[in-house]
Amino acid sequence: MPEVIVENVHKSFGSVEVLKGVSLTVERGEVIALIGRSGSGKSTLLRCINGLEKINSGRIKIAGHTVSSDPRQLRELRRDVGIVFQSYNLFPHLSVGDNIMLAPKIVKNVARAQSRETAENVLKLVGLSEKFDAYPDELSGGQQQRVAIARSLAMQPKVMLFDEVTSALDPELTEEVLNVMEQLARDGMTMILVTHEMAFARRVATRTIFMHQGKIWEEGPSKQLFSDPKTPELRQFVKADVK
Amino acid sequence: MILRTFGFSEFGFLVSALLWTVVLTIIALSGGGIVGFVIALARTSTHKWLRIAAATYIQIIQGIPVLMILFLSYYGLSLAGLQLPPLVAAGASMTIYASGYLAEIWRGCIQSVPKPQWEASESLAMTRVQQYRYVILPQALRISLPSTVGFAVQVVKNTSITSIIGFVELARAGQLINNATFQPFRVFLAVAALYFVVCYPLSQLSRWLERRLHARSHR
Repeated sequence: MPEVIVENVHKSFGSVEVLKGVSLTVERGEVIALIGRSGSGKSTLLRCINGLEKINSGRIKIAGHTVSSDPRQLRELRRDVGIVFQSYNLFPHLSVGDNIMLAPKIVKNVARAQSRETAENVLKLVGLSEKFDAYPDELSGGQQQRVAIARSLAMQPKVMLFDEVTSALDPELTEEVLNVMEQLARDGMTMILVTHEMAFARRVATRTIFMHQGKIWEEGPSKQLFSDPKTPELRQFVKADVK
Repeated sequence: MILRTFGFSEFGFLVSALLWTVVLTIIALSGGGIVGFVIALARTSTHKWLRIAAATYIQIIQGIPVLMILFLSYYGLSLAGLQLPPLVAAGASMTIYASGYLAEIWRGCIQSVPKPQWEASESLAMTRVQQYRYVILPQALRISLPSTVGFAVQVVKNTSITSIIGFVELARAGQLINNATFQPFRVFLAVAALYFVVCYPLSQLSRWLERRLHARSHR
């Protein structure tokens, strides 16, 4: 059974239809890169998948949960689905350690000692063990983003969503974040990422999906999609990126 | 009738009345704080009718003078057969007054916590109560301190209005002493100085909190 099923999803903001019947399945352990121009609907699709945006029609299933508007069902879903945002969104009043331990403690009722152990493990995974007691505003953007990834991982999600997580970072910091994500992919995490990092998508994503005007325009195994784009729109898009 | 002069015992009387001003301020801020907090939560609720009800309450309280609230709770209720002692009427009126303003101040603070903080905590499967308790309110509290302390200064001064129903706080005590001494300049300068002694440190505290908040957000 696929880990993520998106069926004929439509989504409008006011009179503007941003998703025009999107369907997609993702198997466990797959890494999906969503690419496309700004306004193509890729971020909206990602946000619909964990219920941050309500869909107008269609159906989304993820990690065994159906996306609905019922808050309780959404919470069940979000225990199993992590999301990382472009703007990190760490809790500024909490230390790095507390940022990571908060949700496991209050949502999953994990005991203090155990949540601390988990927090130390995920921090080590993102290479920031020494920052446990630091505050978000003492960290660089790349470090904050790695903490945000660690915070999501501490909930032990089955699927991770990444929404342009390196777009606010300069190249050097981008690299350290991408390395963490690549490690996660190697460890078998099911991931969907909206990204502008074409080289990364090509190298790490098992499949790449090109979105255009609210539709899935072209999709396929990443290497094939990038080296042999079928549609003129994708050809144009890939060419623009190489320049 | 023998006029007294404004001396130590008169000044002592003013100081003891200042205590009642402080007591009334504390009642207004704690009572108004509790009511205002609930109203602020309702004002930022996801339920439309709660928001409308809270907004209406705030508009009404901010739209009428404290004096009218005071008259209604003192004279109005006594006509209805409920004779409140001046302290209770004064405390209740100042509570209602403070709640209307604190609710609005705090609504602004809650809403100034960036929206992504809601999304991030929501995405970590927190309930709405947990989001408020662990993520939103701690940040809103920090933002609210300067303006809340600033408002406390207003409350200290506005308690003087309760002198009108005969509650003996600092302003009323000043009137009483003046009636006995007929030395308005000395008496009311002393009264003003006593208000200042309470308000000035609060204003400074508010400014200090604001500077600190500013420094933190730009670190």
